[in-house]
Amino acid sequence: MGKIIKYVMLDILRNRIVLAYMIFLALLGFSLFNINDNPSKGLLSLMNVVLIIVPLVSIIFASIYMYNSAEFIELLVSQPLKRINLWMSFFIGLSLSLGLAFFIGCGIPVLLFAANATGIMIIGVGILLSMIFTAIALLATVVTRDKAKGIGVSILIWLYFTLIFDGIILFLLFQFMDYPLEKAMIGFSILNPVDLSRVLILLKMDISAMMGVTSAVFNDVFGSSIGMMVALFILLLWVFFPLWLSLRKFNRKDL
Amino acid sequence: MIIATNVTKKFGKLTALNDINTTCNKGQSISLIGPNGSGKTTFIKCLLGMVVPDSGFITFNKQNISHDWKYREQIGYMPQIGRYPDNMSIAQILVMMKDIRKKTSADLDEELIEAFELNKIMDKRMRTLSGGTRQKVSAALAFLFNPEVLILDEPTAGLDPLASEILKDKIRKVKKEGKLILITSHVLSDLDDIISEIMYMQDGQLVFHKTWELLKKDTGEEKLSRAIANVMKSKL
Repeated sequence: MGKIIKYVMLDILRNRIVLAYMIFLALLGFSLFNINDNPSKGLLSLMNVVLIIVPLVSIIFASIYMYNSAEFIELLVSQPLKRINLWMSFFIGLSLSLGLAFFIGCGIPVLLFAANATGIMIIGVGILLSMIFTAIALLATVVTRDKAKGIGVSILIWLYFTLIFDGIILFLLFQFMDYPLEKAMIGFSILNPVDLSRVLILLKMDISAMMGVTSAVFNDVFGSSIGMMVALFILLLWVFFPLWLSLRKFNRKDL
Repeated sequence: MIIATNVTKKFGKLTALNDINTTCNKGQSISLIGPNGSGKTTFIKCLLGMVVPDSGFITFNKQNISHDWKYREQIGYMPQIGRYPDNMSIAQILVMMKDIRKKTSADLDEELIEAFELNKIMDKRMRTLSGGTRQKVSAALAFLFNPEVLILDEPTAGLDPLASEILKDKIRKVKKEGKLILITSHVLSDLDDIISEIMYMQDGQLVFHKTWELLKKDTGEEKLSRAIANVMKSKL
């Protein structure tokens, strides 16, 4: 398994996109901290950008990479390797390189300008998001054989989680304003890892004015520390569930 | 060595394999013959675990292959169309495969690499190779690890006459070592002196599996191509 991870990572490093992503994140971090005089304001802007860019880059890069590796996977499947190990190697190789790029690119400015608990939380959440969207990309590519369709599906998933989902939530809130929706809101935010990540960071920041509905409810219902544990646990489920589904599909896939 | 029992595979409405039962033993060299789309490649891919049968099972040395993957260490597979990562060089592919198969260099069989003169183009990337050269790489990889079973899907298609002769010589040599060889080919004149048994497939069904001697007797023909033509005619 380690060997395949090595080859996947070497291959990813060779095409330099991940390197460019890392440099872009670093530049972004430095410029955001320099624009805002207050580091916690800088963190907040960084969070908003990270929550959009990390899912986008992870899901698109991972799905294109999986389609481009179709030959590689086909070659390896006929070799004495376990399919589960093969698939896990691709997942680990991809999420490790994307996570590492984020860690270095975003970590350096954060540790220089705002090395506090919130900053570390943003780094951690970014790495988790890289893993989650890599797993979702793997699921999308194993389900659809057609490359254009698969990448289209990936873009739609990203659009759904970052834009459309919030729209639906707002719509529901306005429609059912008269009813107590607090508990239901928690249920909804569980359905969106991006939203959940925002909740997690805002709970750590403890700025109630910035919280928005879902994080305020989380704070009310669970209190901030248990709320964070719950959110973290659900984010981990978001990594394992798509990964497990894709693994099951890949195990029975005809190549 | 390999036993297939009631293997059935459907792709949507198309039945690619319909209730295949057969046994392949050590020392045999079996030719898998049949019209295009008769399920030959699907059957081979089932043996390799690349295609999962809908029902039925295949055993390799009495082990069910659906729960096993180690058995592939004993198989050398040459695909019909060799597909390799575009931006890897031949040398990198070879190093990677050796790394995965964990064989020491003493057990390696690099005869074909030398015979095909792949050493001279080791640094070329796979994307720049012609179809025939790719086939050479596939063949070299299939024989590289000295496997007990060789599965060759259209081995001579796309090879020039010289390379094709080199490959056939190699197959003859391996056959003498008593290994199981499974070949599919449309160029039947290639196979006359190599094979010992014939499996004939049509529309996903295994029509017969008998020895070459028996087929000669049944059809009264001395040449494989004529014997098969004879069989196909009588089926129509």
